[in-house]
Amino acid sequence: MKWLRLPIVLVGLAVLWAVVAALAELPPYILPGPLRVARAIGAHWERLLGHAGITVLEMLLGLVLGAALGCISALALAYFRPARQWLLPVLVASQAVPVFALAPILVLWFGYGIGSKIAMAALIIFFPVTTAFFDGLRRTEPGWLDLAHTMGAKRWRVLWHLRAPAALPALASGLRVAAAVAPIGAVVGEWVGSSAGLGYLMLQANGRMQIDLMFAALLTLAVIGVALYFAVDASLRRALPWVADTTVPAKQGD
Amino acid sequence: MNLNHAAIGRGAPPGIDLSSARLSYAGRDLFADLSVSFAPGQWTCLLGPSGVGKSTLLRLIAGLETPLPPGRVAASDGAPLSGRIAYMAQQDLLLPWLSALGNVGLGARLRGAAVDGAASRRLLERVGLGARFADRPATLSGGMRQRVALARTLAEDRPVVLMDEPFSALDAVTRLRLQDLAVEMLRGRTIVLVTHDPLEAVRLGQRVLVMAGRPARLIEATLPRSAIPRRADDADVLEAEARLFRTLLASDAEALDPP
Repeated sequence: MKWLRLPIVLVGLAVLWAVVAALAELPPYILPGPLRVARAIGAHWERLLGHAGITVLEMLLGLVLGAALGCISALALAYFRPARQWLLPVLVASQAVPVFALAPILVLWFGYGIGSKIAMAALIIFFPVTTAFFDGLRRTEPGWLDLAHTMGAKRWRVLWHLRAPAALPALASGLRVAAAVAPIGAVVGEWVGSSAGLGYLMLQANGRMQIDLMFAALLTLAVIGVALYFAVDASLRRALPWVADTTVPAKQGD
Repeated sequence: MNLNHAAIGRGAPPGIDLSSARLSYAGRDLFADLSVSFAPGQWTCLLGPSGVGKSTLLRLIAGLETPLPPGRVAASDGAPLSGRIAYMAQQDLLLPWLSALGNVGLGARLRGAAVDGAASRRLLERVGLGARFADRPATLSGGMRQRVALARTLAEDRPVVLMDEPFSALDAVTRLRLQDLAVEMLRGRTIVLVTHDPLEAVRLGQRVLVMAGRPARLIEATLPRSAIPRRADDADVLEAEARLFRTLLASDAEALDPP
C-alpha cells in the first residue's frame, strides 16, 4: 500500500488538473490539459533532457559549493571567537539583501554560462547550511564537553571528533533545506540571462506561446526537485544511521 | 589494605585535599568554608539529598568548576591534579556515532594520542562485553552502556576516579553487579563516589560522608569493618544503611525547618 501512495497522489493530481482545465474552459495557451503537456513532453523530450541536464548540473554544483562554504564558515564561527563577533552580523545582514536582486549582478560577473547559476544556487544554499550547522555546533551535550575536559582533550580535536559529529544531524536538516531551495537558485539565474537550462527553455517557450512546452519544462523541474530532495534525504539517512536510533529513549537494565 | 600499585603503573595514587570550598546559588550559600580530605587509594562516598551540592563538589575536584576564593583543590602529594583524574557521570555519555570500542578509545583520540585498539578490546572483555565491541551504544542496554563507560574510564588509567551517581539509572540487580565490577576494576585508585543511595554508600564506601544542611556540612558515618564491596544482604550492612537513612531524614527535617 505504501509504495502505491505516490502513484495515487500523482494520478489524482493529474485528474484534478484535467477536470479543472476542461470545466474552466480555458484556452490551451492559458492552461493546457495534462494530455497536451504529455504530448509536448513526447515531442520535445530530447530538448527537455538536454536543458534538464544543464539545470541539474547547476543545482548539484551549487549544492556542493554552497554546502562546502556553509560548513567551513560554520566551523570557523564555532572555533574562532573573532569570527563569531565580526562575521555573524555580516552574515545576518547579508540575508537582508534579496538574493534574487543579486541575480543580474551575478550574471554580469560570472557570465551567461553555468557559472552565474552555480553562484546563485550556492548563495541561496549557503545561509541555511551555515546557520543549521553552527546551531548544531553550539548545542553539544554539556556532559560530553565535561568528559572531554577531564580527558585533557585538545580544543580542535574536541571540535573535530566531538562537536562536529554531534552537529551532523543539524547539518543534515540544513542540507535538506538546501536541496529544496537549490532549484530556485538555478532557475532564477537562468531567467535573468542564459542560453541553456530549463529556466531558459521556459522563457523561450513562453515567448513563442508554446505554453504546453512551458508546462512540460515546469513538470520536469518539479520532478528533478523532488528527486533531488529524496536523494539527499536518503543519503543523509544512510550516512547517519545513529541519528534515528537516538530518538528512541535509552533502554534501561542489563 | 592491599593496594595493587603495580597494576596502575603510576605509583601510589594521591589523596585529595579540598579546603575552604564555597558555592552560592541564587544568593544563598549551598556550602561555605567546606574542607575535606579524601584518603589515597580509598573509596569515599559522598551521600546526600538532591540539590545539596555534592555533584558540584565533585565537579570542583574534577576541575570542571573553578573554586571561588579562597577555595582550593590540591593533591596530597603536591603534584598538580589535572591529568590524573577520570570522571564518570550518571549518564553514560557514550557518543552515539561510535562503536563500544571507539567510545573506549575516545580519550586517546581526543588527546591526539595513538588509540590502542587491542587494549580497548581487552578492557571491554574484562567488563563482560567482549562480544559487543563493534556495537553502537543505541543497541546496548543501560547496564551494558554503563559497562562501556566503565571501560572508557579504565582506559584513561588515572589514579583518581570521580563518580557522580554512575549506577543510579540502573535496575537494582544490574546496579549490584556493576558496583562489584567497579570495585574490582578500580582497585588501588582514589575514588570519590557521589550517590543518593544509602545502600550503595554502605556497600562501596571505606568512608562515607553525609552531606546535609544549608550551608552543607559533612557528617562522618560509621561503617561495618568488612572489606568492600560489602554484601547487600549482610545484617551489618543493612543496619548501617538504616542508620544512614536516619541521618538523612534528620538532616532533611533540619533543612525544611531552618533555624
